[in-house]
Amino acid sequence: MSGLNQGKMQLSGRGVVCVRGGREVFSGLDFEAVSGEAVAVVGRNGSGKTSLLRLIAGLLIPAGGTIALDGGDAELTLPEQCHYLGHRDALKPALSVAENLSFWADFLGGERCDAAKSLAIVGLDHATHLPAAFLSAGQRRRLSLARLLTVRRPVWLLDEPTNALDVAGQDMFGGLMREHLARGGMIIAATHAPLGIDSRELRIGGSV
Amino acid sequence: MTALSALIRRDVRIALRVGGGALIGVLFFLTVVVLMPFAVGPDLALLSRLGPAILWLGALLASLLTLDRLFMADHEDGSLDLITMSRTPLELACAAKALAHWLAAGLPLIVATPVLGLLLNLDMVATGAVALTLLAGTPALTFTGMIGAALAVTLHRGGLLMAVLVLPLSIPVLIFGVAASQAVIVGPMSFGAPFSILCALSLVSLVVGPFAAAASLRHGLD
Repeated sequence: MSGLNQGKMQLSGRGVVCVRGGREVFSGLDFEAVSGEAVAVVGRNGSGKTSLLRLIAGLLIPAGGTIALDGGDAELTLPEQCHYLGHRDALKPALSVAENLSFWADFLGGERCDAAKSLAIVGLDHATHLPAAFLSAGQRRRLSLARLLTVRRPVWLLDEPTNALDVAGQDMFGGLMREHLARGGMIIAATHAPLGIDSRELRIGGSV
Repeated sequence: MTALSALIRRDVRIALRVGGGALIGVLFFLTVVVLMPFAVGPDLALLSRLGPAILWLGALLASLLTLDRLFMADHEDGSLDLITMSRTPLELACAAKALAHWLAAGLPLIVATPVLGLLLNLDMVATGAVALTLLAGTPALTFTGMIGAALAVTLHRGGLLMAVLVLPLSIPVLIFGVAASQAVIVGPMSFGAPFSILCALSLVSLVVGPFAAAASLRHGLD
């Protein structure tokens, strides 16, 4: 399990404008994050937390402003260096736990580590051959977390990551995030609940 | 390369499992073709004249039936987001998905053709000709249908719309597929000319389809 080979990285957004369905969600947003840092995006419902993550992930096109990553792999675009953990789990109910994970590991490519070990870390090693259709919401979330561990990406974009996780699961996830930051990774998380690790707050859409 | 083969293996596996789309297409094809002799009546000469058209229509409808789910399922469970973000160009990922769909849903139709040819009073040569034209023509149906499937994701609730969008694109394939098969059975035209055009249609759709589908998916980012 080697570390991330990049040096100091900096993710920055300047004057980012987000328009969805003809409505301006937010405008003139500046943000910054450096390696080893976690940023918690907070704001009321509909203030654009998920939209911000999807803008960084390249899944939405900003209506204005720029988002750039300095110091990462120059060969790759920003989305290619990101993990996106959204509301939807990207799991196929017909495939088993192991098949789901090994597909994403093969498809996403890049530096990776042992899938079986990741499953053990998230506590799913007893259910390897179970079809994903039979997993509970918490177990589905754990399987998604195993994807973040199996395939290495320096930037983690997490949308309500602790949803559906039990207390033990949240502790486990806190440990994983600390480990990722210690390795020089970066976390941008949209959240209502406390993240469970030291983080800088980025408030969008004014005060609650 | 591993990324694309992983995507093809996954899609084929899902299609072949219980509840996957592969079986639905073949069963539909079977139903259409088996019912036709009963509808047409006991005129064997008429049946063998209509045979290639019936087989082609069945195959066309069967492939349209399962195509609208091509991107929709991945869109609904969030897989499409990760595929869009990945290091694999979206065009290649689209091509891999279409190839997987053809392997799981198109190829079984061609395998079933010789059996169904018996029901339509087609002799060995005629059945072979129909199977060959299906082999050359169904990739065109899949790859043009993929454009409609991508648009259906972008426009939401586009299942019905897809059939309308894809229809004009599949008509030339149908015309030349049936023409080539008829040439073998009744003549007088040569088999080569319509068959070459059919192959050309397939090759064009192989190139245009993935780019058009990827462009449509990118445009519809939401």
